[in-house]
Amino acid sequence: MNGYHHTTPLEGEVRIPSGCAISGIISRSGKRFSGREAISSIAVMHDRSNGLGGGFAGYGIYPEYADFYALHVFYYSSEAKRSCEEFLEEHFDLINLSKIPTTKQHAITDEPLIWRYFVTPLPTKLASSQLDENEYTARCVIKINREIDGAYVFSSGKNMGVFKAVGYPEDVGEFYRLDDYEGYSWTVHGRYPTNTPGWWGGAHPFSLLDYSVVHNGEISSYDANRRFIEMFGYSCTLMTDTEVITYMIDYLHRKQGLSFEEVANVIAAPFWSTIERKSQEEKEVCTYLRNTFASMLITGPFSIILGFSGGLMALNDRLKLRSLVAAEKDDRVYLASEEAAIRVICPEPDRLWYPSGGKPVIVTLEGQQGGQDGHQLPVSGL
Amino acid sequence: MKADESKCVNCHRCVSLCPTRALKIVKTDHTFKENANWKGEVIQDIYRQAESGGVLLASMGTPKDYPVYWDKMLVNASQVTNPSIDPLREPMETRTYLGQKESVIKRDANGKIITKTAPQLKLEIPIMFSAMSYGSISYNAHKSLALAAQELGIYYNTGEGGLHEDFYQYGKNTIVQVASGRFGVHPGYLNAGAAIEIKMGQGAKPGIGGHLPGSKIGEDISKTRMIPLHSDAISPAPHHDIYSIEDLRQLVFALKEATAYTKPIIVKVAAVHNISAIASGIARSGADIIAIDGFRGGTGAAPARTRDNVGIPIELALASVDERLRQEGIRGNVSLVVGGSIRSSSDVLKAIALGADAVYVATSALIALGCHLCRTCHSGKCNWGIATQNPELVKRLNPEVGSERLVNLITAWNHELKEMMGGMGINSIEALRGNRLMLRGIGLHETELNILGIKHAGA
Repeated sequence: MNGYHHTTPLEGEVRIPSGCAISGIISRSGKRFSGREAISSIAVMHDRSNGLGGGFAGYGIYPEYADFYALHVFYYSSEAKRSCEEFLEEHFDLINLSKIPTTKQHAITDEPLIWRYFVTPLPTKLASSQLDENEYTARCVIKINREIDGAYVFSSGKNMGVFKAVGYPEDVGEFYRLDDYEGYSWTVHGRYPTNTPGWWGGAHPFSLLDYSVVHNGEISSYDANRRFIEMFGYSCTLMTDTEVITYMIDYLHRKQGLSFEEVANVIAAPFWSTIERKSQEEKEVCTYLRNTFASMLITGPFSIILGFSGGLMALNDRLKLRSLVAAEKDDRVYLASEEAAIRVICPEPDRLWYPSGGKPVIVTLEGQQGGQDGHQLPVSGL
Repeated sequence: MKADESKCVNCHRCVSLCPTRALKIVKTDHTFKENANWKGEVIQDIYRQAESGGVLLASMGTPKDYPVYWDKMLVNASQVTNPSIDPLREPMETRTYLGQKESVIKRDANGKIITKTAPQLKLEIPIMFSAMSYGSISYNAHKSLALAAQELGIYYNTGEGGLHEDFYQYGKNTIVQVASGRFGVHPGYLNAGAAIEIKMGQGAKPGIGGHLPGSKIGEDISKTRMIPLHSDAISPAPHHDIYSIEDLRQLVFALKEATAYTKPIIVKVAAVHNISAIASGIARSGADIIAIDGFRGGTGAAPARTRDNVGIPIELALASVDERLRQEGIRGNVSLVVGGSIRSSSDVLKAIALGADAVYVATSALIALGCHLCRTCHSGKCNWGIATQNPELVKRLNPEVGSERLVNLITAWNHELKEMMGGMGINSIEALRGNRLMLRGIGLHETELNILGIKHAGA
């Protein structure tokens, strides 16, 4: 018995809405810390998950392999592993490969084979593809996930990694031994899907390259967003909100070169009535972005934390239909669905606030610009 | 005055005006011997043609019992996992821009986004009045549409009859049409409107042209159309300068040149069998907007056999065009406007969820003006002052009242649209566009569901 072949439909065969808990922590000075705090934070929100999915993303966790893409892969058969490894060898130099270390947990069952590869695109293949290495790698990941049955790449960034499973997030953290990793930022997710049989690939964070998204909500614009983004080579194989949000961010930020603030002005575009009240210049830009990327507007409730190399961005839907709290103390910034999830790891923050709907909170490492906007501090929501 | 019941077209004029409510129109029970194959109507048509030797003429959309797919699709609503939104409490946006979207963001030397776009049409409500020419409908009907479009922040369409000089003042809300007869087309006309529509075809009569009889070409119409008084206005079936897609491209750019690239160009085609390939060609022709007219669409006059047998339903055409343009990655090149029997706000909502940017309405607008769908527009004797040029009849339609009724209708539809969007948890029309998960089929078979790109109810 494995978790992949169920009689009930899997993620990707059926659309599954979920409610959730999210949390994120970043050290602006780039000080690395273990995944323990993220585990403690999410454990407080136990009741916001139902044991059908949990996961983490850590940034800065693989400094010794910082120049290589770290692929984390679930395999549901040795045949899938063979096919996938063949594919990887055809397209990449494999610098290192190993099982991802885990510790058995009573509540975590049906685990697939979980492998990690540090890779770099084969120079000849890369040159003949006429793509940059990010696009090359992204296309390979999408191809594996779409075409190799039983193999699923769930993490593909540099110096970052996603760890996820079916189970409560705090158990997932123990399962993956997150005490053993140190990163400058962490995000975590506890899932409350309404009708899933639970597939490991369907847990959050959802990730492509170094973007990872944890998300709470159910977007009503899903199919409008999906059908639009699929025009640009993405395949929404999981049919989850988080997947489509990640692809949209990848498209807008990496491919179109928008800053994270501009991305927020697309996916949580201000109302027309708000735009009318802005200065002439802002009005033109907001109108332009909203019109040009009209099909990437997300409606319905959501709060997301986006992880990227060098920072985090938190964003609520325009009406703030999901809770989201932010706080800061010293060099740390905390983001979570509930204040309690922050106070449990940081009892006395210097500042704590509830970001407004549609207004992003963007935090980047000091002296480093994660996005093109270069905001060093939380920018809004006071 | 003597009544002759054989001339009754069931327009309800007498019934509506009868002060004592003494009148009603009933079907005569006189009938041919029952026959499932040779129905009375078929026999009558043969008698008429045996007498006249002519093509049977008809007006308005086909009355035949073809499937109406709008009525076989059901709409979703939020429950529990996702809140519905109350349009009375929260902003509910229906503003839409029609026109080409940029595919690559460009920045200036300082890194600022360059916000110049291809020309766009801004609609406060995603509904426009479809083309009806001055000639096919009256001066007062045109004026009603122009006034209403202006008040609603939407557009009406001149059809191929040119633009009456009195109506240039409504240019900001006017789409001027260029059709195969080129009636009334001159530089001033092209520059008067907000957009230019090239009419390649019409849903009610795909593949054929138009004919406004000389009897309707009075002083005013002759001047507006730029043709001699009382001459027949014949629009050829094809444009004689467009025999191919590359010819269409030339006309698109000729019109853009003539208007200094300030107006979006719409290409209107009838929904026919290979509509998705045609639309894909148009999307690469430089056109900004494609308007597709389904076979249930209306007409002031069309050969009955064409109207009742040629073309395909707009729902299927729309679904396959939207999907094809997305498969080819060129959906952003064009906006899609659909017409051909949009009867209510729920038809509008379903059209947008299937993938349309906006809809065209014409029959619904005429009904708002008083039309009772008696389907005898081609006689030119419209008792409601709409499809007639007879001054005695035209004055029965008061344009101020007419425009108010049009504004009421579209405003009411917009309220309903917002209500249903809110129910789905959607507060902006762009999040509804192409959102086919919001639709489910009812009583449709697999092929129909596949073409529509929707699941069956319960699935």
